[in-house]
Amino acid sequence: MAVMTYIQAVTKALEEEMHRDEDVFVLGEDVGARGGVFRATDGLHATFGDERVMDTPLAESAIAGVAIGAAMYGMRPVAEMQFADFIMPAFNQIVSEAAKIRYRSNNDWDCPITIRAPYGGGVHGALYHSQSIEALFSSVPGLKVVMPSTPYDVKGLLKAAIRDDDPVLFLEHKRAYRLIKGDVPDEDYTLPIGKADIKREGEDITVITYGLCVHFALQAAEKLEKEGHSAHILDLRTVYPLDQEAIIEAAKKTGKVLLITEDNKEGSIIGEVAAIIAEHCLFDLDAPIQRLAGPDVPAMPYAPPMEKYFMMNPDKVETAMRDLAEY
Amino acid sequence: MAEKISMPQLGESVTEGTITKWLVQPGDKVKKYDPLAEVMTDKVNAEVPSMFDGTIQELVAKEDETVAVGELICYIEAEGAVSEEQDTKPDAPVEAGAVAEKTTDKAAGGNRYSPVVLKLAQQYQIDLSSLQGSGRNGRVTKKDVEAAQQNPSPKTTEQKLENKEQSAPAVKAAPEKTAAGDIEIPIAGVRKAIAANMSKSKSEIPHAWTMIEVDVTNLVNYRNSMKDAFKQAEGYPITFLPFFIQAAAESLKEFPALNAYWQGDKIIQKKDINISIAAATEEALYVPVIQHADEKNIKGLAKDVASISDKVKKGTLSGEDMRGGTFTVNNTGSFGSIQSAPIINQPQVAILSVESIVKRPVVMPGDMIAIRHMVNLCLSLDHRALDGLVCGRFLQSMKNKLEQISG
Repeated sequence: MAVMTYIQAVTKALEEEMHRDEDVFVLGEDVGARGGVFRATDGLHATFGDERVMDTPLAESAIAGVAIGAAMYGMRPVAEMQFADFIMPAFNQIVSEAAKIRYRSNNDWDCPITIRAPYGGGVHGALYHSQSIEALFSSVPGLKVVMPSTPYDVKGLLKAAIRDDDPVLFLEHKRAYRLIKGDVPDEDYTLPIGKADIKREGEDITVITYGLCVHFALQAAEKLEKEGHSAHILDLRTVYPLDQEAIIEAAKKTGKVLLITEDNKEGSIIGEVAAIIAEHCLFDLDAPIQRLAGPDVPAMPYAPPMEKYFMMNPDKVETAMRDLAEY
Repeated sequence: MAEKISMPQLGESVTEGTITKWLVQPGDKVKKYDPLAEVMTDKVNAEVPSMFDGTIQELVAKEDETVAVGELICYIEAEGAVSEEQDTKPDAPVEAGAVAEKTTDKAAGGNRYSPVVLKLAQQYQIDLSSLQGSGRNGRVTKKDVEAAQQNPSPKTTEQKLENKEQSAPAVKAAPEKTAAGDIEIPIAGVRKAIAANMSKSKSEIPHAWTMIEVDVTNLVNYRNSMKDAFKQAEGYPITFLPFFIQAAAESLKEFPALNAYWQGDKIIQKKDINISIAAATEEALYVPVIQHADEKNIKGLAKDVASISDKVKKGTLSGEDMRGGTFTVNNTGSFGSIQSAPIINQPQVAILSVESIVKRPVVMPGDMIAIRHMVNLCLSLDHRALDGLVCGRFLQSMKNKLEQISG
């Protein structure tokens, strides 16, 4: 077992899967000799060569399209979008082709493609390098959207995504890349896609979130524990399709639910989570379902005070959690 | 006016940097943009520039220390007026939780009840109007109803509040006043790290303790017979410590349970045997590591011990020197102790103290009394990971090895 960063877990999972299965290959902008702008594919080109670690032109539609074609032909491509913000030109390929092909062909064809993309803010990335795009892809049956929070989850879920026979959008929080470290077993393991994970047991309030916000909630929970409030924290891990059973169980446990996302509030993933709780847990609720999210403005600004205002952080999470605990 | 310099953000997604070298000393005059320190991150090596004209007041971060972005690394006494750009303090908290407040402000007090409260009240047959709520504006919460069910008394909620206070963190003792002539020593750097590690170990680990006495007369004779020749031949002294390290390493091979890490949900038995040595200076305690101690002979171990104590004295230990220890040997005998209960160096699961070798009258086989060189070996063990039996056998194995040493 080694302690590694979030991004090292990405690299490790890719490397292990490429050794395990010759059909797995990586493509994207600068993923080759450069090793990716974040170094997620560092060393892979040297190990696996041009044919399995391919630099592509600046054309996200082509990255997705080529990968989809290869996947339908029997390969297991892992396509990297340099930033999740740049995925929009590939939207049509992913939503209308990759996600639909199994259904459209009545199971004759499938598309085992993994699309990796770093999302999220807090790194002074401004408008084109800070977006959360998960909600845009989370009403598309046929597509899975995975957003891990810890290095352990990254390795297990990325391997599961690569081995999945259907398209998986794998979103990595770019601020977590070097901020979050954790134990990652050396051995081969996968984690189930579509299953949420309890990151902390507690009795007084339930926090349901995903990605980097899981860590903010865990930090805040430690502080609140000292004030006598104990927080139960559920990490969604897969945001589409949602793990309804785990959400309902976590909400019923305390009856006080706080949902957190870094994305703009309206139309975000957590709205759907709130709807699931409202449908199933009315008589177990002890407080209105609370949402803590980014403001409904077009993008994360560059100016540090404004970025800070937009971006989720431990203080905002702590305040919201305390507020709900005292309700 | 003393200004703070903090670790800059050296690239997107970089969250920390390691100070590889300070380029200035306290008292040095610097100009704005002069380099202050060399910093290494995952992505780049860079220099941290000064934000001011002024004089270096204090270097807070040490060389080889890894510092999070935005954390203080040094103070500069700035010349002239305060410029605008150096406010490294976190901005005032933004309206965190504003979103959440909007709805909860309307929080129902009085006799408006949440669905779960009504449901539980029906189920437990509790008259809600008899309860005092602990929620906002006196609202009766789910926990109030559950408490009332478990403890039916009108004072339920008051008791609950009292309990809550009791379970709150221990009240901090009022700070002692400093009288004239007292010296105040701020807790920082290594001392702070020692304090944090020791508190964590001592409060988390259920320590158990055991001791065995070993007759090391043969070892003493052997070492005394060779020490001068050894020093002359090798250039560094041979102490008793390498013999104890070797015995410990060999016994750890036989009892791998002691060469392990406690990980909360599992125990990892380590393959490598890397011995941490507790090495003290006047100010601090370090635990440099002898890597692969089981693969070295007495000469090799003596060389490592000599080089480590040299580095400790010169203060040149690096992070690398202190990494990877799997078991700790603590040479308390070096300052005359004959018994000690050391605190475990977590995540390791045991620590051994080698006490002073003292001459004592000992009853020998055949009921004769002889003057022998005796030493106590003290072992603290993490009782979550280890039991007395295996530790007793481990010590017995060390005893046998040490008593059988002969020139």
